[in-house]
Amino acid sequence: MSIMSSYARALAVQNGRAQPVATVRHLHLSATPMVFIPLKLAGEAAAPLAALVGTDPANPRLLVVPQPRNRDLRFAFMAELAEVLLPYIEGLAGVTETVEAKTPYERCADAPQLLVPNRGGIAFTKLLGRSTRFRRTDGPYPVHPSVPVLGQWLTFLSERAEYAGSSALVSMTDALALHWATGQSSMEDANLATQLAWIAPPEGLDGPEAALVAEDPLTSPPAGPETHPDFDGQVLEYAIQAFETSGSAAQVREALRSQLEPTWTLMWQGVRLLRELPEAATVEARWARDRDQFTRETARLAEGGFPRGRVDGAVSAAIRLADLESALQAYEAQRAFDDPLVMIEHRVAGKAFSGEVVAVDATRRIVPAGKTRAAPRPLVTIRTSDPVRLSPGRRLVSSRNRKQRTEIVDITGDLVVIQVNDQMGRGATPAPGSVPEVGDVVCYAELDPSGGQRPRLPAGEDTPWTHGGPPEPYVPTDEDAQEAWS
Amino acid sequence: MTRLDTLRGPAEPLDHNARTIAALAVNPGCDRRALLDAAGVDKQRTATHLGFPAPFGQSPFAITRAKSFDALVKANGCAHLLRLLRSTLDLSISEASYSDISDVGGNDDHQVRHTRTRALLKRAATDGDGAGTLFDHPLLKLTVAGHEVYLEPAVIAFQIEGRFHIVEIKSFAVIDDQADAGQVAAAARQSAVYVHALRALFTAEGLDPGRISHNVVLVCPKDFANHPTATLLDVRQQLAALERQLSRLTRIDRILDELPIGITFDLETQSPDEVGKAVATVGARFAPECLASCEMSLFCRAEARDRESTDVLGRAARDELGGIESIPAVLGLADDSRPPSPEQLEIAEQLRYVRRIYTEAVA
Ligand code: SF4
Repeated sequence: MSIMSSYARALAVQNGRAQPVATVRHLHLSATPMVFIPLKLAGEAAAPLAALVGTDPANPRLLVVPQPRNRDLRFAFMAELAEVLLPYIEGLAGVTETVEAKTPYERCADAPQLLVPNRGGIAFTKLLGRSTRFRRTDGPYPVHPSVPVLGQWLTFLSERAEYAGSSALVSMTDALALHWATGQSSMEDANLATQLAWIAPPEGLDGPEAALVAEDPLTSPPAGPETHPDFDGQVLEYAIQAFETSGSAAQVREALRSQLEPTWTLMWQGVRLLRELPEAATVEARWARDRDQFTRETARLAEGGFPRGRVDGAVSAAIRLADLESALQAYEAQRAFDDPLVMIEHRVAGKAFSGEVVAVDATRRIVPAGKTRAAPRPLVTIRTSDPVRLSPGRRLVSSRNRKQRTEIVDITGDLVVIQVNDQMGRGATPAPGSVPEVGDVVCYAELDPSGGQRPRLPAGEDTPWTHGGPPEPYVPTDEDAQEAWS
Repeated sequence: MTRLDTLRGPAEPLDHNARTIAALAVNPGCDRRALLDAAGVDKQRTATHLGFPAPFGQSPFAITRAKSFDALVKANGCAHLLRLLRSTLDLSISEASYSDISDVGGNDDHQVRHTRTRALLKRAATDGDGAGTLFDHPLLKLTVAGHEVYLEPAVIAFQIEGRFHIVEIKSFAVIDDQADAGQVAAAARQSAVYVHALRALFTAEGLDPGRISHNVVLVCPKDFANHPTATLLDVRQQLAALERQLSRLTRIDRILDELPIGITFDLETQSPDEVGKAVATVGARFAPECLASCEMSLFCRAEARDRESTDVLGRAARDELGGIESIPAVLGLADDSRPPSPEQLEIAEQLRYVRRIYTEAVA
């Protein structure tokens, strides 16, 4: 949230339609995303109720738990879900490509992408993973062999979702909010139906009118994972009773289908809207990370890797936090350099500026600190009308070469002088094109697309005693495998 | 009949509960809610009458689950609860008595129950009995905006050795020692209301309010099972916020003084249009958070939309836009069609700049 996006919201109200806050698409969109709309029973921690799932907009698969309090039916539901998801995931694991690196390695050519309606969908996916990954196929409460495997994959995907810029498990409302500002609050944007109403109102209606219509739970049932309380009380309760007496799930299925199908249509509408945007420059590199992780997880599971424990050890938790932080920094920076509209947020905050080059001292050479010989350190003067809030010495990255290191030398009035430090070739003077020229329009920002410095952390086995010592690796227990799920 | 009774009409006044008080404190600047609540007006029915039924409700499944968990915790003379209290409070409670104050000898009158609650709590506090005592459904009172209200008794007060704890039973799960942050925060805010009310009662009785612990015992199901687990929840922060906000709540008298004479929200005699006009005479302060906490929210949102208020964009957005009240004013300052007042000079300059570079980037 910034003054820019808030201004865009005000503009959306005036124009009766959502306004863009991005010019390119900042997430990867698979050619065959798996849309997954899970529903849960109100009041329960993680009792699945139904799901509409599939990669074909014309052919969703409906899964239901006709009596959500019945443990066996829940596991039957998970096994059925595995029938849909595992072939999709494992199919993608089969095709690899060789990555040219110092040591070339194999990487999956594609990776699974799950699209859920909202953050609640992500949280519930995580709980479904948690409640199934420890299960066993033998012993007192045996489950279908696919269930714990699915549990591991759902856990993997929901973990990826915590990394900024990952496209493995995506909440549709978040994806849309990244690209459009509606005329409602960000809180209300968590409602997929009203958010889409503002972005693409149907013929004959403007955004606010369409959003009002979309608030009617009869035409737009909640996108889950909770169902509407009125639906629960007026329809679902009776349908479940009917199943109890007749043994037929037909009524429950029809009831839940009515709640899921409108969201299914909206999800694919969202996919279409996002597809219309050209992909941002760094999306491919971030998706490659998702594919890397997918490749590693595939190998780990193939070797019989244990499910992830309930809680992280101190070191892995710290490593994870540092990774998350670095992914977030890199993502913020990459997004800004990919998209002038996103860069605005940083320009308004004074951390970035854009302007025209008015002078270049390309032949300047100085002896850099700590060196003995003079090296090229050209100065570039930029005139900007942006409210720069940076001071000499700050290191900046340029939008035209994100690897080039530069720093501010002087700011006077609307003139900013920067010094270029590297990426100029080996010659005594900068290589042609390596330094901006007078008349160029440039943008510099105090953002680091490489994700910044990572703290050095000890390896897991060197965990200091202050942090509990080396963690015991997780070993599956009977207790975990037989945990109640009531 | 008081002025507040006139406002409500012949309908019975509605009870408060911790949720409504906590919600009231979330939006302390709203005169409308303060007045409707003080008068005990049924906001749910009023909103429906106005054609804006509240956008939330409770699923029967959630209600059933909450009840069955509550019953489980209290079953067999609160066996589970006592076990949890022993371990979380680290006490050796050998025996405990249990009194339910939901009715007094078949009488469920508020006044009677409140008097009984006071008497029982006072005795427990003064006798300093070493044994544990559980008081279920204590009916407490609270002064809200200069007006006394009863608090729906959804908790247990636990006394041991003269110290008191509020015990709150909630049916959301704690999974791998983590619970939904939003639900925990809501529980903490609600528990703080009871701690506050209980301390007020102690103060009124001349007892030391410090004997009521700021550590609330929160009982929830553990993982995916129905098995209860307990955690101590320090609600000092919520308590401080609540007290600050309650003290800031505008006095009802002041709101009443500003009301036009003869106004009423009586749903029996007034048409929706008339009630709407009457409600509109009391100032509101809409924020999107209202949609989750106040029954009047769709009415107030429609009103804010009609006024083209920046309130509909959310508090954060409104703050970023320099607190300017209306959307046309924001856009007018941005495109220079509206001259800024002296205090708007800075935000106007920012808005002009944002508009210029936004327009460039979108083009
Ligand atoms: S919904 Fe209306 S009455 Fe309720 S708190 Fe918000 S502004 Fe006040």
